[in-house]
Amino acid sequence: MAASGLRRSIDVSGYDLRLAMPLAGFFAAFFLAPLAVLVVLSFQTDTTGAHWGVTQYVQFLGDAFSLGVLASTLWLGVKVTAVCLVFGWPVAWLHARSGPTVKSLIMLIVLLPLLTSVVVRTFAWIVILGRQGIVNATLMSLGLVEAPLKLLYTDLGVVTALAQVQMPLMVLPLATALSRIDPNLVAASEVLGAGEWRTFAKVILPLSLPGIVAGSMLTYAASITAFITQSLIGGGQMLFMPMYLYQQASTLQNWPFAAAISIIFLIAVLAVVTVFNTLGRLSRGFAQG
Amino acid sequence: MSSAPIHAGRSLVVDAVSHRFGPSTALQDINLDVKGGELVALLGPSGCGKTTLLRIIAGFIAQSEGRIVIGDDVVDALPPARRAVGIVFQNYALFPHMTIAENIAYGLAARGASRTVQKETVARMLDLVKLGGFGERLPRQLSGGQQQRVALARALAIEPSILLLDEPFAALDKNLRLDMQIEVKRLQRLSGITTILVTHDQEEALSMADRVAVLSHGRLEQFATPTSIYDTPATRFVNTFVGSANELGGTVLGTDGDFLRVRLDSGGDVSVRAPGGMLSEGSRVAVCLRPEHLRIDAPGEDGFAGVVEMALPLGPTVVHEVRTGTGAALKISEPRSGGSLLRAAGTAVRISTAGPGLATAYPQTV
Repeated sequence: MAASGLRRSIDVSGYDLRLAMPLAGFFAAFFLAPLAVLVVLSFQTDTTGAHWGVTQYVQFLGDAFSLGVLASTLWLGVKVTAVCLVFGWPVAWLHARSGPTVKSLIMLIVLLPLLTSVVVRTFAWIVILGRQGIVNATLMSLGLVEAPLKLLYTDLGVVTALAQVQMPLMVLPLATALSRIDPNLVAASEVLGAGEWRTFAKVILPLSLPGIVAGSMLTYAASITAFITQSLIGGGQMLFMPMYLYQQASTLQNWPFAAAISIIFLIAVLAVVTVFNTLGRLSRGFAQG
Repeated sequence: MSSAPIHAGRSLVVDAVSHRFGPSTALQDINLDVKGGELVALLGPSGCGKTTLLRIIAGFIAQSEGRIVIGDDVVDALPPARRAVGIVFQNYALFPHMTIAENIAYGLAARGASRTVQKETVARMLDLVKLGGFGERLPRQLSGGQQQRVALARALAIEPSILLLDEPFAALDKNLRLDMQIEVKRLQRLSGITTILVTHDQEEALSMADRVAVLSHGRLEQFATPTSIYDTPATRFVNTFVGSANELGGTVLGTDGDFLRVRLDSGGDVSVRAPGGMLSEGSRVAVCLRPEHLRIDAPGEDGFAGVVEMALPLGPTVVHEVRTGTGAALKISEPRSGGSLLRAAGTAVRISTAGPGLATAYPQTV
């Protein structure tokens, strides 16, 4: 046993690579190849495929409407991520500092939404936010408002629903990072004379940065590409990149322009992810003692 | 390195402190009176309540009953941040994202000290723990012993009234541990700070502390100087937990001056101390005999008979394991300087005590 374990640990790189081969093949066939097709497609100047050039990119980047859709999509991601962070951090902290029973209860509540379909959850939000929905009915029965508020098909509605849908992606990495923080560090800070806010700002928050970065990256990527929730809660009035892309490809059959939109969106997302990654690398040093 | 004592240590009184976690009692009526500048060890096996007591003194836990008095102040209402105690944790708990200098300055910054004062104190503290030039490093770039010195410097930088050490040497390997014990003792003497050391290591407690408080199951078994703890243990627990002890059954014959005369089941009579008060004639007792208080070659018919089972030469001493006629196994330790010889297994020997009053008798409860 010991001998074979030793051999395996020496031979580890070769072993790992071979294990990754099936997935690599799958990715090459069903992700890289279509991506390459997409790139090629985006350089066609018209739907006939006869001429080549960067017209599609020029058209997107020169069009205020298209740039507006891209900007509002990226900005939507920022808002959802911020909401998830503000509401998710305390939950993750509670999880990290609770006893085993409360801990598993919190985890169950956090994970529960993942066990239902996004479509179901989004329709639930329509029921909650609609003109005759739960929120409006409650507000009106309490006499707080006279006419129902417009919640559905608004920015607020989209951000709220997306934040709920994506919350687990923020809470899980945060909970992991926070549970790694040694409780003695908090005790040491206290006993050295720091108040709760100083302990939070100087010790707990900096040490939770790796979790914040990982959670934000996941939440951001997931919320800007959340086609279903964006479309159903946002309705016809609000257009985000995934729906824009879908319209160009499916409804207008303008495949080259749709491909160019995809590539631009992909680059924009990669740029954001790179920023997060850099932050993550800078903060990773904090997590280890 | 010419640091004068930071200030005279303040006294610490643990006054009738009890603590319960739900239905279970963690501490039962603990009374300790620690003088200013004294180093007191809280010694006991894990789960004896010593760490709970430390956390109560620090203010992390509010005791169910009793008072904590530091100097002239009852501190029960004060949070940890305002008790002015310093703690060195077992894992040091250095802030991993801060440099050594930032770690040491943390408490000063929290107290609103100016940058100049912080810088000056950090330099003085690094000097004190012999880590000058390490200020800009991160904790993970330091060895265990160095990290511990930083933890000590960080705790001392705020000039605490009481220094609390929570198993500070447990994570160090044996050679380094001795160095650090000497180092901590030096710093403690130098600063004159009242210090509480929590440990399960009896050698550490006996060698470092001015007085040792032995705890078991939340009760204070004995609070005395290391030599008293070892030579005149107050309870059977202290006798067996601190140092090693052979336990033999016996029956009380009567008094013998200040001592009690006991007939051992394995034969022979011994004069023993009876810390629990004199016991009546005929009562059953457990007699605790330390290995170095037994002699293996009693002349003639003195003492009682035994057979050597094993001889263990341990450098300065030699330990024989001997089985008595009643089947009890005894460890007997002798210095080797006299050239005392190893006895072969199977050798029949006579065993006696080295003198009156060296053994201790406790009422037999079983």
